[in-house]
Amino acid sequence: MEKRSLYNNKLLPYLLLAPQLVITLVFFYWPASQAVWMSFRMEDAFGTTTEFVGLENYVSLFQQRAYYESMATTVIFSIAVTFLAMSFSLLLAVMADKQIRGGSVYRTLLIWPYAVAPAIAGVLWLFMFQPSLGMIGRGLISIGVPWNPMLNGDHALLLVILAAAWKQISYNFLFFLAGLQSIPKSLIEAAAIDGARPTRRFWTIVFPMLSPTTFFLLVVNIVYVFFDTFGIIDAITHGGPAKATETLVFKVYQDGRLGGDLGGSAAQSVVLMVIVIALTAIQFRYVERKVTY
Amino acid sequence: MAEVTLNDVRKVYAGGVEAVKGVSLDIPDGGFCVLVGPSGCGKSTLLRMVAGLETISSGQVAIGGRVVNEIEPAERDIAMVFQNYALYPHMSVYDNIAYGLRNRGTPKDEIDRRVQEAARILAIEPFLQRKPRALSGGQRQRVAMGRAIVRKPQVFLFDEPLSNLDAKLRVQMRVEIKKLQRALGVTSIYVTHDQVEAMTLSDKLVVMSGGQVEQVGTPTEVYRRPETRFVATFIGSPPMNILPGLVDGDGRVSVGGLTLAADDLPAGLEPGRHVDVGVRPEEVEVAPAGAPGAPFAIDFVEELGATELLHGTLGGSPFVLQVNTGAVSPGTKAVTLAIPSRCVHVFDAETGKRLGRAESATARAA
Repeated sequence: MEKRSLYNNKLLPYLLLAPQLVITLVFFYWPASQAVWMSFRMEDAFGTTTEFVGLENYVSLFQQRAYYESMATTVIFSIAVTFLAMSFSLLLAVMADKQIRGGSVYRTLLIWPYAVAPAIAGVLWLFMFQPSLGMIGRGLISIGVPWNPMLNGDHALLLVILAAAWKQISYNFLFFLAGLQSIPKSLIEAAAIDGARPTRRFWTIVFPMLSPTTFFLLVVNIVYVFFDTFGIIDAITHGGPAKATETLVFKVYQDGRLGGDLGGSAAQSVVLMVIVIALTAIQFRYVERKVTY
Repeated sequence: MAEVTLNDVRKVYAGGVEAVKGVSLDIPDGGFCVLVGPSGCGKSTLLRMVAGLETISSGQVAIGGRVVNEIEPAERDIAMVFQNYALYPHMSVYDNIAYGLRNRGTPKDEIDRRVQEAARILAIEPFLQRKPRALSGGQRQRVAMGRAIVRKPQVFLFDEPLSNLDAKLRVQMRVEIKKLQRALGVTSIYVTHDQVEAMTLSDKLVVMSGGQVEQVGTPTEVYRRPETRFVATFIGSPPMNILPGLVDGDGRVSVGGLTLAADDLPAGLEPGRHVDVGVRPEEVEVAPAGAPGAPFAIDFVEELGATELLHGTLGGSPFVLQVNTGAVSPGTKAVTLAIPSRCVHVFDAETGKRLGRAESATARAA
């Protein structure tokens, strides 16, 4: 059946769409096109003149060793954060789904991290894991773990991964819980009668039924890791030590805002945008096929 | 195949609500037992306790002589058909049917043989590779049945399996379920709120209300001799007329000044005792003109095709009469009814229990 509304006034549909379109234009297309334009230009050291340089910014970008290192960091960071945030939130959601009494308290507590600003979350984790002040940091050292995220790049990367995953767990948890609760109870009961033990029930019935939710979260999480983790990294490590936690989005900021290379930074942000668009497209093309039932 | 025995089974939910208040029941091997009652009467809870999906608060459930109270649903050797079919939407029909066998580690060729056999019995072979969403309601119903029969369980449990189907398909599937159960000879417990389904399917009918068993018997016994006013009005369509009356002497009651003879009324009841008098709409006949009988004033007529329902008043109370179409000429305002004394049921006005002569063998109401 065709669902079509008929408007007498030809202007009305456009008018109704206008707020959304204006917001998208002003906050996405305009800055994005500015970035593309800027990526073809180069600024002098004092920022007084700019000239058109074509693809020069891109060429020099791909000749930088640091850029590939940053890309590798981003790959590790994004896989680890997405995996941790999704698997742990699924575990919590499964447990919350079983919980009947006190369920709402449990749920509320789990949702809190989402309401914490990224910078605050970063500072929180920094405090906890600070080697000389933080409770966990000192605890680790006292049991003989040579913990120091301020100097050791691997430790720093681990810390930002944990903080970024923690921040995203609430969001994933909410969606997983809603997904779990929308699975008809009789399906689980039928599987129980069919002789499937709880673990097998989870992997053969519950997990496949959750796949649309999982797919949606995968897309959202990857976008989150690529862009929204900037605040956490900035608060905890500033991309250091020795650029060990410098992800692509942080490098954009580092080179453009601090390094003053606006053209190069714009080129990076364009590359980043292309990567995320490509990733999302790949996911929709290949992963989504497997989630329909 | 096995007999199922329930011994004083109770279900009390956290919070103190008692959903099932002590039910005892014996279902013989190969029997078809239907639990029928209005919604909230505890019939589904009782079934789910047999399945192992609800814990048993007290009492015992035994399948084939083995007490299963503490045994997991998977180990009880039962199969259940759910109201919404509960088919796994991400699996093909084949996988849906095979799932239970795979979980039990059945060899692959054995699984294939049994799935094909079940599919052949249920005529769903052409759909084996389809997903459940590509099937019609009746086909899904068959797949759910296939999932149950493929495991060759000791007991089939049906939880209102036909209530999501349209009326025509329901009648068709009802017949098929009965045939299939006969052919396989598997003990079955079937829950429904539809009294026609209950009457046609069961060889043991259990009428429930408020968490208790009102009456157990064959469909005919329950219809002929309802033990309580509730059963009398619940079984039979249109429902039995209930008229307030008084005991008038041995074997007689009076309803609004009319005196009716009741064969089953025991002697020695004090005259003037308040009773409810039940008369089935289809068991009363219109007396020939001039013959003695009960005057019945007709208000309006509902035509059902072969029969008609005449609504009116008898002895000052509302009364419905079912007659063959044409037995009463259109426009008639009053007729005289012949009410056979064997068809007059008398119930205690307060307890609703039948006032009958001999305690019938079926009067095992809890």
